[in-house]
Amino acid sequence: MTGYTEKIREIAARLLTEGKVDRVIGFRKGTVPMMNQPHYVTSPAMAGELIWDSHCGLNLANYVTDRKERIGIVAKGCDSRNLVTHIIENKIKRDQLVIIGVPCTGMVDRSKVCALVEGEITSVEESDDAITVSGNGFSKTIAKTDVLRENCAVCTHRNPVIHDEMVGEPVAEQTGVDAYASVKKVEALSPEEKWNYFEDLISTCIRCYACRNACPLCYCPTCFVDESRPQWVGKSQDPIDVRTFHLLRAYHCAGRCTDCGACETACPMGIKVREFTKKLNKDCFELYGWEAGLTLDKRPPLDVYKTDDPDDFIR
Amino acid sequence: MKNLLEHTGIAPGRLHFSWISSAESTKFVDVVKKITEEVKALEPALNYAKTEPKVN
Ligand code: SF4
Ligand code: SF4
Repeated sequence: MTGYTEKIREIAARLLTEGKVDRVIGFRKGTVPMMNQPHYVTSPAMAGELIWDSHCGLNLANYVTDRKERIGIVAKGCDSRNLVTHIIENKIKRDQLVIIGVPCTGMVDRSKVCALVEGEITSVEESDDAITVSGNGFSKTIAKTDVLRENCAVCTHRNPVIHDEMVGEPVAEQTGVDAYASVKKVEALSPEEKWNYFEDLISTCIRCYACRNACPLCYCPTCFVDESRPQWVGKSQDPIDVRTFHLLRAYHCAGRCTDCGACETACPMGIKVREFTKKLNKDCFELYGWEAGLTLDKRPPLDVYKTDDPDDFIR
Repeated sequence: MKNLLEHTGIAPGRLHFSWISSAESTKFVDVVKKITEEVKALEPALNYAKTEPKVN
């Protein structure tokens, strides 16, 4: 993965010089270690600001909806699947995009890294499969596989599904991982235990909506949580309101979520927001054989009707 | 819809779906009767009901 940065800069500069795109969306170094920021580059001279490492966990597909200009966009596996979803949902046209594909080896969960050291991390170095974090009086090297985000640890689509440029050779896809292991664990519980599991999961939610804002699927001009006429959901910290928010948000992602993990990466409270969407992903996979964003040629299961759609739940 | 709600701890048997035409009055009555019976047979569900607003 080392070397991606140079390649991204080179491609961005070339696309902008040739006038193929009006801007390139990528990442630049964040002000805090391990938190890279989405960044717009509009001239070849700015291409040097772009970077790539294991802290590009946010999903750049979030920034292309309803744009009118031509955009170059850096996309790892999951971002590319969300671009496919955007194209299918008419949020952007395929010919407006030049997709700079990044074969991905997973992104790092910042909170896992922080938990392994004492003291504040002030700098991070990275090699192919390890990161070295250091701060005042300490320095520690950690294997990347030990601190991957949970969604990356079970990701089986690391290579971009559509791309116009590639910054490196495709990486080997993971096999033998069970993407739905955590869902199965909850499925085995009794209704009461399930209730308590989710009660506990969201008990610290402060309803900052960072998870929603980071989500490429959440592009409604006015989100249901912000609407006041009618008010779909209570705006308080009452556990019932918090649960309603999470349930409804998850339903809005049904059949569309690519499990990119941007929601969890953005959450300041470390809440496993994916526990909701993953259940729907699992259902979509089991009922319709569907994983979102893999191809431009198929309509998502929830926007087509087929006579053999499962309907056991209707009496 | 049903699956995620039940996954998060709404007891099975509380949520029902049916498809009834406006001409099928007898089916409507039937379904409502059955659902009422089935739901009444369960304990009242108090967890997903707001009582006092929580303020803190
Ligand atoms: S979900 Fe897959 S493609 Fe996306 S960052 Fe993780 S490993 Fe990479
Ligand atoms: S980002 Fe976290 S704390 Fe904020 S609303 Fe989402 S789950 Fe709640």
